[in-house]
Amino acid sequence: MSLRLYALQRMTAALMIPLIAGHLMVIFYATHNGLAAAEILSRTRGSLFWAAFYGAFVGAAAIHAAIGLRSVASDWTRLKPGALNGLMWGAGAILLALGTGAVIAVVMP
Amino acid sequence: MKHPAPVRPSATGHRRNTLWLAAVVHRLSGLALALFLPLHFLFLGAALNGEAALQNAILWTENPLAKIAEAALVFLLGLHFLGGLRVLVIETLAWRDNQKQMAAAAATVAAVAAFIFFIRAL
Repeated sequence: MSLRLYALQRMTAALMIPLIAGHLMVIFYATHNGLAAAEILSRTRGSLFWAAFYGAFVGAAAIHAAIGLRSVASDWTRLKPGALNGLMWGAGAILLALGTGAVIAVVMP
Repeated sequence: MKHPAPVRPSATGHRRNTLWLAAVVHRLSGLALALFLPLHFLFLGAALNGEAALQNAILWTENPLAKIAEAALVFLLGLHFLGGLRVLVIETLAWRDNQKQMAAAAATVAAVAAFIFFIRAL
């Protein structure tokens, strides 16, 4: 892994510390009385805070997961650097696209 | 000069080390989370088709198998989160001698959190 990828991996990890802690708290809170679409969407729709929270989370998770997958593939497979980079960019693009769609779906008023 | 015979990694004994196990668990939990994330995003994307569509998707998660899978995901997220904190502490703060205790504490806290989640979600 290059120094740039290593730094990005650790920076996104540090950024996600408060985001994961917050996400886990929301999971515990939201599932207390059973999940309900109305309850989730009433909290997220039109909320700039949750748009920023989940937007940052999706961006950081997509970068972190893509670099992580590249590292695992580099250690455990015989893929060449070009294929490893293709895997990283492909995984990152899919996660970013699906994640952005999910954020838009829950925060758009 | 005669080179020593190569030793298979599995024969060095390091795989019985707690911290090797912590590193493997961190890697496998990360891999599982990366594979789960697209499904999670597609699930939430159902809200694009309105509140009823999301509620339908949520109803599907009411079966016991989904509850167990959800608790497993909370456990994996907790494990990867706390295991990642362990890595950041090792790399950025002064060295500590209690590495094995930190790894064991991370696994225990994640297991307790997942168990509490499972009981509440039932």
